[in-house]
Amino acid sequence: MSDLRELYQQLILDHSKKPRNFVKLTGANRTAEGHNPLCGDHITLYLQVEDGVVQQIGFQGSGCAISKASASMMTDSVKGKTTAEADIIFERFHDLVAGEKEKAGDPGALGKLVVFAGVREFPVRIKCAILAWHTLRAALEGKAEPISTE
Amino acid sequence: MIPRGSTVTARVREGPSIGAEVEKIRKDFPILSEKIHGKPLVYFDNAATSQKPQAVIDTLDRYLSTYNSNIHRGVHHLSERATDAYETGRKKVQRFVNAAESREIIFVRGTTEAINLVAHSFGRAYIGAGDEIVISTMEHHSNIVPWQILCEQTGAVLRVVPINDAGELLVEEYEKLLTPRTRLVSVVHVSNSLGTINPVREVIHLARRQGARVLLDGAQAVPHLRVDVRDLDCDFYAFSGHKVFGPTGIGVLYGKAELLEAMPPYQGGGDMIKSVTFAKTLYNDLPYKFEAGTPHIAGVIGLGAAIDYVAGIGLDRIAPYEHELLEYATEVLSAIPGLRIIGTAREKASLISFVLEGIHAHDIGTVLDHEGVAIRAGHHCTMPLMQRFGVAATARASLAFYNTREEIDVLARAIRKASEMFG
Repeated sequence: MSDLRELYQQLILDHSKKPRNFVKLTGANRTAEGHNPLCGDHITLYLQVEDGVVQQIGFQGSGCAISKASASMMTDSVKGKTTAEADIIFERFHDLVAGEKEKAGDPGALGKLVVFAGVREFPVRIKCAILAWHTLRAALEGKAEPISTE
Repeated sequence: MIPRGSTVTARVREGPSIGAEVEKIRKDFPILSEKIHGKPLVYFDNAATSQKPQAVIDTLDRYLSTYNSNIHRGVHHLSERATDAYETGRKKVQRFVNAAESREIIFVRGTTEAINLVAHSFGRAYIGAGDEIVISTMEHHSNIVPWQILCEQTGAVLRVVPINDAGELLVEEYEKLLTPRTRLVSVVHVSNSLGTINPVREVIHLARRQGARVLLDGAQAVPHLRVDVRDLDCDFYAFSGHKVFGPTGIGVLYGKAELLEAMPPYQGGGDMIKSVTFAKTLYNDLPYKFEAGTPHIAGVIGLGAAIDYVAGIGLDRIAPYEHELLEYATEVLSAIPGLRIIGTAREKASLISFVLEGIHAHDIGTVLDHEGVAIRAGHHCTMPLMQRFGVAATARASLAFYNTREEIDVLARAIRKASEMFG
C-alpha cells in the first residue's frame, strides 16, 4: 500500500501553500500555457531567457497541491540554468515520476525534486506533477499552442 | 408556477423508507464488502456509475454461459431465447418509464448516444437556420456539444437558461427565451453536478405553448425518482443503464411513437432495414429502424434485471430514504470549517458537491481514497456550470440507496483529515 505521506511530502505541502516565483514576469520573452482539462489545473509560465540562460522565471495559475508544488519547485530548479541544462532536468524528472522504474535510477542529480518520487505510485496524479514541466519545455521551444496533458 | 422564495424544504413522499432494510440490501451488492487500502469501501461515486446487485451479475452470467446468441435472425433455439430475453428487456424498460408502447424504447449505448441520436435524426430533419434550441447552464457536456455541432451545421441558434446561486433554473428567464422559433428544449432532469431536481413539468408546459419539443436528460433521475414519461408528456427521455445498477454500454432513448416514426434513421446497417437493393432500401419499423447492427444484447438483458431489482425495492421507498441521507450529509458536511456546498436547490437528489477552502478537489479525492471513500473530483463534464460558480472543480459525493449514515460519518472524518493535512 502506498502511503499518503509518500505523495504529500512536507516539502510538497510547503511549496503548494507558499509557491515560489509565483509572479507574472513583466520582462518575459518566453511564455507558455499549460492546462490539465480533466482536473482544471492551469498554469501560465513566464521566462526571461538571455544568452541561452534562464535568468528569471515566474508562474501563475491554479491547481492541486501536486501541480502547484511541482510548478514552484520547477521554477526554483531551472532558474540560472542554461536551456540545455533545464532540458536535462526535465528528462530526469520525467523518468522519476513517469518513466520506467529502472531508468529512474539517478535521483541524486535531481536534488530536492526527488520528493516527487512518490507520485509514480499514484498514476492519476502523474499528470499533475508533470504539467509545469511540459509547459516549461513548450516555453523553451517557443510553442504557441497551449499544452495539454490529456 | 412554483412560488418563488418559498421555504418548503421537504416534499411529500410516498411509502415508508427502506432505512431498516439497508443492511440486508447491502448484501445484494458484493462489491460493498471490498476493502480499499485496507479500509471498508465507502462508495459515494454513484453519479459516475452505480454498483451492480448480484441479480444483475447472475443474469449476465446466465446469458453468457447458457444462451449467448445473436438475435432477430437465427432460427435456432438459442437465438430464439436471446431474442425473447432482449425484447423482454425492452418491455421492462417500457413499464419502468411507463411508455405507451415498447416500440417507443430505443436501445443505445448510453445517454450520450441517445442525445446524439435526437440531434442527428430529429435535428437534421426539423431544425434549420434561425431555429432555436434551448438548454440550461447546468447541462452535462453531452447535452451541450451535440447541439453546438447541430447549430454549426444548420445555422440554428443555441439559447442557455441561466440559474440562480442555489443552482436552480430561472423559470422566468426560461420563459423569455422561448419563441415561436424554439424547436427543441433539451434539459437535464436531475443535475449530475449539483443534484438539482429541475421543474421539468413546468419546463415542458411552457415549451408546449410555443410548440417546442422537449428532451429530458434523465441519466441522474432514473436511479432516484419514479419517472413517468406519459405523465410528464416529454417527447424524448434519455438515460443510461449503468447509473441505474445495470451494465455499462447500454442506454435508452424513449421517444413518442409518432415522432420516431417521422424521423429519419440515425445509423444505417443490418437489422434497421426491411429490404435492401442498390436502387432503394426500405427501412424497418420501430424500434428496429434506430437499432442498426448487433445491439448490446447482454446489456439489455442485464438492464432488465437491474430494473426488476430496483422495482422490487421500489423507487417510492428509495426516495424518502435517500432524502434522509441527503439531509444528514448536508448537516454533517456543513459543520466542517471551510466547506462550501455547491448546489443548494430546494429540490435535490442525494448528491453533494462541495469545495474546501485552500484545498483542491483532487487532493481531497486522493486523501479520501486512502480512507476507502470513493468520490468524484473535477468538473463533472459541466465546465460552463463550474464557470458559473467560479470554481475550477468540486468534490462530489453522490449517494445511492445502499449507502448509510455511518458511511457519511466516515466521509466527514476523512474530509476533516484532509483539512488538517493541507490546512
